[in-house]
Amino acid sequence: MKILVLISNVPDTTTKVKFKDNEFDKTGVQWIINPWDELALTRALELKKAAAGKIEKVAVAMVAEKDGEPTIRKALAMGADEAIRVDTKPKDSYSVAAELAEALKDQDFDLILVGLESSDYNGLSVGAMLAELMGINSVSAVSGIDLDGDKLIVKREIDGGYEKLDVQMPFVAVVQKGIAIVPLIPNMRGIMQAKRKPINVVAAQNIEPLVEMVEYELPKPKPPVKLVETAEELINLLHIEAKVL
Amino acid sequence: MILAYIQNFNGKFKKASYEIASYASAVAKMAGTSVLGVVLGSVAEDDIKGLEKYGVEKLIHIENANLTPFDPKVYSHVIAQIAEKNDITGFVFTNNNEGRAIAPRIAARFKAGIVSAVTQLPDSLSPLTITKKVFTGKAFAKTVVKSDKFVLTLFQNSYGLVENPVSMSVESMDIDVPAPAIKVLEQNVDTSGKIPLTEAELVVSGGRGMKGPEYWGPLEEFASLIGAATACSRPVADEGWRPASEHVGQTGKIIAPTVYFALGISGAIQHLGGVSNSKYIVAINIDKDAPIFEAADYGIVGDVHKLLPQMIEAYKKMKAAEN
Ligand SMILES: Cc1cc2nc3c(=O)[nH]c(=O)nc-3n(C[C@H](O)[C@H](O)[C@H](O)COP(=O)(O)OP(=O)(O)OC[C@H]3O[C@@H](n4cnc5c(N)ncnc54)[C@H](O)[C@@H]3O)c2cc1C
Ligand SMILES: Nc1ncnc2c1ncn2[C@@H]1O[C@H](COP(=O)(O)O)[C@@H](O)[C@H]1O
Repeated sequence: MKILVLISNVPDTTTKVKFKDNEFDKTGVQWIINPWDELALTRALELKKAAAGKIEKVAVAMVAEKDGEPTIRKALAMGADEAIRVDTKPKDSYSVAAELAEALKDQDFDLILVGLESSDYNGLSVGAMLAELMGINSVSAVSGIDLDGDKLIVKREIDGGYEKLDVQMPFVAVVQKGIAIVPLIPNMRGIMQAKRKPINVVAAQNIEPLVEMVEYELPKPKPPVKLVETAEELINLLHIEAKVL
Repeated sequence: MILAYIQNFNGKFKKASYEIASYASAVAKMAGTSVLGVVLGSVAEDDIKGLEKYGVEKLIHIENANLTPFDPKVYSHVIAQIAEKNDITGFVFTNNNEGRAIAPRIAARFKAGIVSAVTQLPDSLSPLTITKKVFTGKAFAKTVVKSDKFVLTLFQNSYGLVENPVSMSVESMDIDVPAPAIKVLEQNVDTSGKIPLTEAELVVSGGRGMKGPEYWGPLEEFASLIGAATACSRPVADEGWRPASEHVGQTGKIIAPTVYFALGISGAIQHLGGVSNSKYIVAINIDKDAPIFEAADYGIVGDVHKLLPQMIEAYKKMKAAEN
């Protein structure tokens, strides 16, 4: 079985977001693997380790210009075997998914793990879009994946609970909370090995985006908190002023 | 027409179902067109009829054994066929597990630009321009869809129910419903009747300041008294003080209740990422410098263990005075 994990290159989640000339200001920003993707990769590597021989390889793919490579190296240091980089700036969910669909045309991954959302532009779309463009199955709201013999068991969150599924491969799993608990931290050996692992750079199709962000705004400072002394005052404010109790 | 995918929950509509109809109806009005509702699977007659109140003029209702279990590829194939036989300019879905599984597939299929988790109506149409949150709420982006068709997913509870009574025609359609490629091996659903967190109007949430699982009694009492769901911060779930399903924040559930009570929660940026869409945040924290007070609308600087019982009493007193 071959697993691919999509990784998006995003600013560290504690970054103070600023804009310059109507673009995200990258000055001084630390770049990381999007948190969902890091957990997805962690799970893929756990499965590979647990089921000796069942999983041939775990690869990662990113749509990014060369400046995405340090983040790809982090994924390789965690233990991914190889990487694909589609050489273009990610523009919107559609162009990212379409570039990947093209780059993966002649590949034979059985499972593609994609995060719920990128923490930068919160597109919430690439996974299911990629599945549609590739004409394959997809499952969203995936909170766990296990191996049972040669079969993958997918845990999907549903209204008020969960279900365990058998999904026909190949398929895209859009993963969320639960897929792994703590991200795997690369060790020294991993970091050294990562330097020699291949990053396969694929030329882009230069697919036009369908959506464009034209203007950014920071949230308006909100009025200061109204502090009261007693529980009674609080309940009354919520009842009379806010009218919510 | 604007196609609204109206999800049912085990054969019933919930607020989210009527909310998406309300939203679609407002978008259709802006576009000078009408709403085509799509319902897949069997749904109680009365629930279907209820859609009329929210502006659905035409409803396509498909029932077919292949619609269970939920397979996003099958659902999007069915919705696409309906769209192809009608003149659809825009699609709207609820931004929940099911909507998010289908909407991007539809967007890819029709090469329609998608804007996810919107919380308001478009600023304008042609080209569709809408503001959405980016960087997990740290900024807003004015977003323009450049394709002819668009897909929007609506953040649950952000638009609400808006009545717009019309008379609705219900039709079925001869449609190819392929067999699902998904088999359910096991299902586990909470039947306790508790309000699901993502739908609750009121949420009472506890953090590490609650001290330990044995102190949750008053919090639960207050929540059940006011009809709220309960939530918690991540460390609380990690410690096993509360079930993981209650964890809200960037790596947990993202919610938008009318009121979010943050009790003994410091208000870390990752926590706020999951609750900042709440209409009101009420904070109780012993530390007057806790960051939660920067996000909160109302608050008390004080000990949650002393204050919770007093809040219960104050609420009872307020209700008694009302009657
Ligand atoms: C990548 C990443 C993702 C994360 N995702 C999430 C997430 O999704 N959700 C989340 O919640 N966290 C998340 N975190 C963790 C987050 O950074 C904080 O550590 C966490 O939210 C703190 O939880 P807390 O407020 O319960 O605890 P603390 O920060 O320990 O705060 C406890 C608060 O209780 C107050 N207190 C103490 N005693 C009392 C009392 N008697 N009465 C009243 N107040 C009292 C204290 O003053 C303090 O403010 C994430 C962190 C990272 C790095
Ligand atoms: N540029 C990219 N390269 C590779 N994968 C991506 C990229 N952007 C997004 N993804 C994947 O798609 C998921 C959802 O992203 P989005 O739809 O942009 O919110 C992410 O968690 C990644 O797994």
